[in-house]
Amino acid sequence: MVKAMKVKILYFASLREALGCSREELELSAEVTTLGALRAFLASRGESWQALGAGRNVRAALNQRMADPEAVLAAGDEVAFFPPVTGG
Amino acid sequence: MSVSVQEADFDTGAEIAALSAGRPTVGAVASFVGLVRDVNDGLSVSAMALEHYPGMTEQALEEIEDEARGRWMLDAVRIIHRFGTLAPGDQIVFVGVAGAHRGEAFAACEFIMDYLKTRAPFWKREETPQGARWVDARDADDTAAARWAEDWDDIDQRR
Repeated sequence: MVKAMKVKILYFASLREALGCSREELELSAEVTTLGALRAFLASRGESWQALGAGRNVRAALNQRMADPEAVLAAGDEVAFFPPVTGG
Repeated sequence: MSVSVQEADFDTGAEIAALSAGRPTVGAVASFVGLVRDVNDGLSVSAMALEHYPGMTEQALEEIEDEARGRWMLDAVRIIHRFGTLAPGDQIVFVGVAGAHRGEAFAACEFIMDYLKTRAPFWKREETPQGARWVDARDADDTAAARWAEDWDDIDQRR
């Protein structure tokens, strides 16, 4: 019996606009264990969600720190997806 | 408080003065101010909106300051970055560094800006005559940040 895992997901800037979504809470299925797997799952929703697809220039943060696709997710995590940053 | 993320403008003169006030060991203060330009990539810019990731932004800037303090002996560091809607000529970002000598002050100031450009979660959206557009990240910014990794050995040897 695998325990259901819920995470908070935030979207920023041009990605937020493309998706028409700034935040959501999502219960992950058992096979979604990493940041990269979560991104692939979201992209598989199709239509505008393909903005998260492979080859798109998307960065991610896990609990408010820049993170790689290999980063492992835990219940209650705050995940964020966004385009490369352009401050300064 | 050495890191501020705010909508309000800042007083560059007061910020620079504060870096050395009461610190007689300071022999050098280096600072950088970034401004909104009225033209970018061939189009005139009438306004700029800066979005950020509250919480992560402050943390990212504090980590950049910590990293700079780990690389150079610094007496004071100040980082201010604005968000919200700005007009051409408005100040966007201030980085000020105080140290004993100009070498570490110049280097740390440039290091902080280079890292901020690639690691702090800010995004710029410009208003142009052809509508609003998100500013694209530049490869040159990644190159500028990456060069500090290569310089690391040289800096170690100078210490």
